[in-house]
Amino acid sequence: MENSVSLQKVIKAYRRGKESVEVLSGLDLDVPAGEFLAIMGPSGSGKTTALNLIGGLDRPDAGTVEVCGERIDHLSNSALAHWRSRHIGFIFQFYNLMPGLTAERNVELPLLLTNLGKAERKSHVATALEIVGLSDRRKHRPNELSGGQQQRVAIARALVADPTLLVCDEPTGDLDRQTADEILSLLQTLNRDQGKTVVMVTHDQKAADYASRQVHVDKGMLIEPEARL
Amino acid sequence: MKYFPLLWSGLWRKRTRTLLTLASVTIAFLLFGLLQGVNAAFSHGVEASKLNRLYVQSRVSFTESLPIAQMTQIEAVPGVDAVSFANWFGGYYQEPKNFLPSYPIEIGRFMTVYPEMLLPPDQVEAMIKTRTGAIVGVEAAQKYGWKIGDHVPLKSAIWTHPGGSGDWDFDIVGIFDWPADRNQTNALYFNYKYFDEARSFGKGTVGWYIVHLADVSQGGRIAEQIDALFANSTDETKTQNEKEFSQSFLKQFGDINFIVSAIIGAVFFALLFLTGNTMMQSISERIPDFAVLKTLGFTDGGVLALVLGEALLLCVTAALLGLAAASAAFPAMKTFIGVAELPGQVILLGVALAILLAVVTGLPPALKVGRLAIVDSLRGR
Repeated sequence: MENSVSLQKVIKAYRRGKESVEVLSGLDLDVPAGEFLAIMGPSGSGKTTALNLIGGLDRPDAGTVEVCGERIDHLSNSALAHWRSRHIGFIFQFYNLMPGLTAERNVELPLLLTNLGKAERKSHVATALEIVGLSDRRKHRPNELSGGQQQRVAIARALVADPTLLVCDEPTGDLDRQTADEILSLLQTLNRDQGKTVVMVTHDQKAADYASRQVHVDKGMLIEPEARL
Repeated sequence: MKYFPLLWSGLWRKRTRTLLTLASVTIAFLLFGLLQGVNAAFSHGVEASKLNRLYVQSRVSFTESLPIAQMTQIEAVPGVDAVSFANWFGGYYQEPKNFLPSYPIEIGRFMTVYPEMLLPPDQVEAMIKTRTGAIVGVEAAQKYGWKIGDHVPLKSAIWTHPGGSGDWDFDIVGIFDWPADRNQTNALYFNYKYFDEARSFGKGTVGWYIVHLADVSQGGRIAEQIDALFANSTDETKTQNEKEFSQSFLKQFGDINFIVSAIIGAVFFALLFLTGNTMMQSISERIPDFAVLKTLGFTDGGVLALVLGEALLLCVTAALLGLAAASAAFPAMKTFIGVAELPGQVILLGVALAILLAVVTGLPPALKVGRLAIVDSLRGR
């Protein structure tokens, strides 16, 4: 099966004051299209950095990053922004919704960057909210919604432009177990029924169990399953 | 337009702060509208001046009278087409607040030097024949409900009868129009002969002469010649063209343009810091929001435009509110400045200033947001 994500010998370091800290040390990772992958690892292991590189939010210092059939490690800021708007749906731990906008206005945000007319945007937004089961809350602002509902709105926002890859950073980290299970089931459904490739970073083993594959990152490298045991 | 809800929600993120900033900018533009409107109203009089008219006044002061005997000498200067004169009467109707620009004149001479004034021939005739006759402009007539045949008492704060009374009675014999400058129709003119006979002092003098030129290009030479006629006499003159005369008349109140510019400059300088600080604070608090927008695919230029758009929305909305309030106040100020409408050029200038204010105050935070690194901003670094 064709890879949706391919990271080859990726190195990434951050500066902390005068010191340079290497977060990824030659990471190799392939994610086939249509897979639901969970990336696990301890804090500071480099899993979120890897996710940021996959989502085109950051660039590696060395190595190649190919996502959705395109090398993105050399793209300019502007080209990367356009690429993200076409291919990636982001879901964050703290939802990151615009507090002053209603649920439907939040979901509409990625569509503002397209050439769709008002009526088409409205129709796409309605569909996305229906998929996450929040049609009746479309006029509510984030502070009028529960955490789980806010995360559903964030998922609808991630889905609305029909991206091929969903990038999720601790999507259930701020939710109780029951709500977390509902969100993870939703992600599983999107992966299974709509063919979305899902890459999720999590600390939570129960969350990772919803994925079709789990990988572990430690000290900036993938750890082979046997090495973990 | 599709970005409007996003801009609007950003602007109202902190409702109280936005309301206070909006009020500050609105008041600044109200002040701008009122002061610039007054300035423009005064400047309009200067701009509308004709160069083919010279004004001869006392070299000592505008308030110093000149003997009427000088008129024949002025008329004899080569290039002088016609000469008229006028006097400041300082009249008001019933109460001082009903101030009415009013002047004693000789109607035939006056209409020769001011051909812009329109008065039917029969009313000119009536003015000549009626000792206490007066002609009133259409606006003044409308304002006080006067019509031909009305008996109108005016009070003068300057000129009294020998008995000491400042009450003057006039009979309206004509209503004139002045299509080239509607402000002029807020005045009243009456017979100099009646005025000169009935006043207790200053007899045989006039306030100033108006000289109509046959050739505009000769204005400088003729002005010098007129002043030379009376040099070293007890009544030395200062001759200026109409524009210079209007400007020096206004200077009696101070340099209006400088005062207005100084006040507006100070207000906008303070406003620059206030709005700039508000914008910077508002944007800094929303750095993670802009990082999310960038994550979703908004480009650096896109978020920069959003921040500038927000600053524009705030400043232009406030400017329009302030200018609308100034415009609404203008009809009430007509008595004092003679103009009933906020000039269009002031509105345009105000909007341009609002755009400039938005760009100057919005650009620093916009550049900051445009440059922000998504990963760091999402982590709140």
